[in-house]
Amino acid sequence: MNSPAELEQFRKGILLKRDPDKPGITLCCGSACLASGSGEVMASLEEEIERQGLSDAVDIRQTGCHGCCERGPIIVIRPEEICYLQIEPKDVPEIVLQTLGEKEIVERLLYVDPSTNARIVHESQIPFYKNQQRHVFGSNGSIDPKSIDDYLAIGGYSALTKALSAMTAHQVLEEIKKSNLRGRGGGGFPAGRKWEGSRNAPGEVKHVIVNADEGDPGAYKDRSLLEGNPHSVLEGLIIGAYAIGAHEGYVYVRQEYPLAVENVGIAIKQAEEYGLLGGNILGSGFDFSVTVHQGAGAFVSGESTALMTALEGRAGEPRPKYVRSNIRGLSNRPSVLNNVETWANVPLIINEGADWFTQFGTEGSKGTKIFSLVGNITNTGLVEVPMGITLRDIIYKIGGGIPAGKRFKAVQTGGPSGGCIPEELLDLKVDFDELTKAGSMMGSGGMIVMDEDTCMVDVARYFLDFLIDESCGKCVPCREGVRQMLEILTDITKGEGTEGDIELLEELSAVARDASLCALGATAPNPILSTLRYFRDEYEAHIEEKRCPALVCKELITYHIDPVKCQACMICLRKCPAEAIIGGKNMLHAIDQEKCTKCGTCFEVCPPRFGAVQKLSGEFLPPPVPEDARIIVRRSKEQ
Amino acid sequence: MTKVLLQIDGREVTAREGMTVLQAAQSAGIPIPTLCHHERLEPYGGCRICVVEVEIRDWTRLVASCVYPVEQDLAVTTRSEKIDRTRKVVLELLLARAPDSVALLDLAKEYGADSGRFRKQASFCIHCGLCVRYCAEVKKKNAVGFIGRGATREISFIPEIASKECWDCKECFPLCPTSALQAAYVLTEALSSSSPSFRRTPEG
Repeated sequence: MNSPAELEQFRKGILLKRDPDKPGITLCCGSACLASGSGEVMASLEEEIERQGLSDAVDIRQTGCHGCCERGPIIVIRPEEICYLQIEPKDVPEIVLQTLGEKEIVERLLYVDPSTNARIVHESQIPFYKNQQRHVFGSNGSIDPKSIDDYLAIGGYSALTKALSAMTAHQVLEEIKKSNLRGRGGGGFPAGRKWEGSRNAPGEVKHVIVNADEGDPGAYKDRSLLEGNPHSVLEGLIIGAYAIGAHEGYVYVRQEYPLAVENVGIAIKQAEEYGLLGGNILGSGFDFSVTVHQGAGAFVSGESTALMTALEGRAGEPRPKYVRSNIRGLSNRPSVLNNVETWANVPLIINEGADWFTQFGTEGSKGTKIFSLVGNITNTGLVEVPMGITLRDIIYKIGGGIPAGKRFKAVQTGGPSGGCIPEELLDLKVDFDELTKAGSMMGSGGMIVMDEDTCMVDVARYFLDFLIDESCGKCVPCREGVRQMLEILTDITKGEGTEGDIELLEELSAVARDASLCALGATAPNPILSTLRYFRDEYEAHIEEKRCPALVCKELITYHIDPVKCQACMICLRKCPAEAIIGGKNMLHAIDQEKCTKCGTCFEVCPPRFGAVQKLSGEFLPPPVPEDARIIVRRSKEQ
Repeated sequence: MTKVLLQIDGREVTAREGMTVLQAAQSAGIPIPTLCHHERLEPYGGCRICVVEVEIRDWTRLVASCVYPVEQDLAVTTRSEKIDRTRKVVLELLLARAPDSVALLDLAKEYGADSGRFRKQASFCIHCGLCVRYCAEVKKKNAVGFIGRGATREISFIPEIASKECWDCKECFPLCPTSALQAAYVLTEALSSSSPSFRRTPEG
């Protein structure tokens, strides 16, 4: 296509061919739903629709991630927007017959509100979705990511036509600056200022780069966005390139994200075919091309200078230079690197305007933010909320609270370099600055919810253990400092902590924070510093009393069978893999502590009505019951 | 070259644009300790022993002087409580790896570093990268490189290249602040001794 008018004409053509009232069935085929079996569901859907002769009457669409991953695979039937959850292939004939054929709702597949027991028909009315504001992520559920026509049908690339035909590059830049869009990948640097720096930097050749190297444990929002709506990211990238004056772009995506690699590759090809990428885009005279680069999956390569070094074909190590990469980045040329989600916000801002964008969010953080809500949470999934929403609303209203009646303990935000936020800060308004003030950070939007059964020292140890493998190993404070911090934390969780360990951790943290080469090392102590700030008593209990208050650290707990509660039911005795339980039928069970491996099987299998197996920490083990007193005479036998 | 005027420890120092703070300090005779720095090699910024404090917009920040570029009117401090404490911890961390390195022990005396403070895991290599970078940048042979990542990273000779290039060079040996490099070489030599291409003596 050679002009904006031609694109609009083409868009009209697509819409004319589409009947908005025609029944359509969308199935989530994001990575999480695929793992729960949506591939099989798709196969039976196609087969069943054909078998019931509905092939021409119904559109089937495989979409990207809808967000409510906990209850996948998800089916939404349009135009009514009927939402069915946790679909298995065996449910498909009924859905096709009842809902597509007879227009009846299959009640048993609907969402059931746990508080009211009411069944909810429409996707948007499910509390998980109802309390979100899905500007960026919303289209994921309605388009086929492999179809550029689907994207055009929802108004895709209209921001690009607007930018190219009605705005100068300077105006685009000013609009982004005015929106105060901050980078969604970690630091929250204002995107407009970054762009401006590159635009004004000397040099003919400039680059724009999509950072899709999301590597935090539990985070997958960039992945899902790139998988589910790759054109929105591309459109943002092209607009950014136009504003900056770049003609070459890169998508740096980890090769462990095969579907994202595939879909963005298809999207680029389609955009090229449609004249939205390549030379003289839509007749504007602006040239721009994009290359996909697959990263080898190194957490440190998400750091901007390390990513650029990797793009240059060298080992992904951060650069020691104190020069911003938007001035001298990839191949020493001005390079703007933004996160997937940041780029996907750009078309919205250009289409709707900066004033529209800034009505959402807080003073310093505008717009919405996508979070990967995982851990001990009822509704695991991806949520998009306005900046400034409280943690409590995210965790309880959207996330559905903590499962199994457990109590909330902390939420870890910002990935391995973020921090843990305790219960007393649940009303914290989530934005870049508030999270930093609380000793954590926005990071790439990971939110790991932890319940009362979580040991905070162990959590800090877990993240440092992650980081020690992911550090590039170049600078001393990170490579050696993190190693020593991990050693100290491991000692503490083993009950081998000594007085002075906390102070030593703090000293090492300060050196890593102040003297590391890149942000990975500088933020590596955050898991320690934030848990020390809010859960210092847990560290002290481990060190001084050799007690793990959450009953997690293996070396500090003992399993014990309460002789008063034990019914000699033989269950734990049979299941114990170490044969560490002595006793027998009518003989109270007891644990041979010498043999016990603390695997916790007895604790898990003891019937809750008995609750005889206990975990103890920091307490003396009650003396064993003498052999002859362990025989129990059952009441039924007595009679 | 444009001249840049900056202050180091309260002294006016004239430098050329493009110089690093370390170079400016050295030219003025102000000592800053280094471990991974070598004047023939690209600045590396790895050991962080050369940290100094710079004042930017009334905000003091710790930076590696070997990579930080000079700026007009920049105020640099090369010794302070914070700098010394950082250098001390860096030395202590390295001493856990290479407890007998003379270069480290000399500095440890000056900064009061305690070599027994952290759990030892002697690998002898302190990852200054002098050998790797010298071989790549000056000799352009790449016979020795880093392998691995994070705490398990180490230096290693690449037998195929080392067997052809190293026997009459060994210019990296005196650069090494510990004995790790020679050990790595001997190891490679031993592992490759069965290979005919590993020439131990000049071919005559």
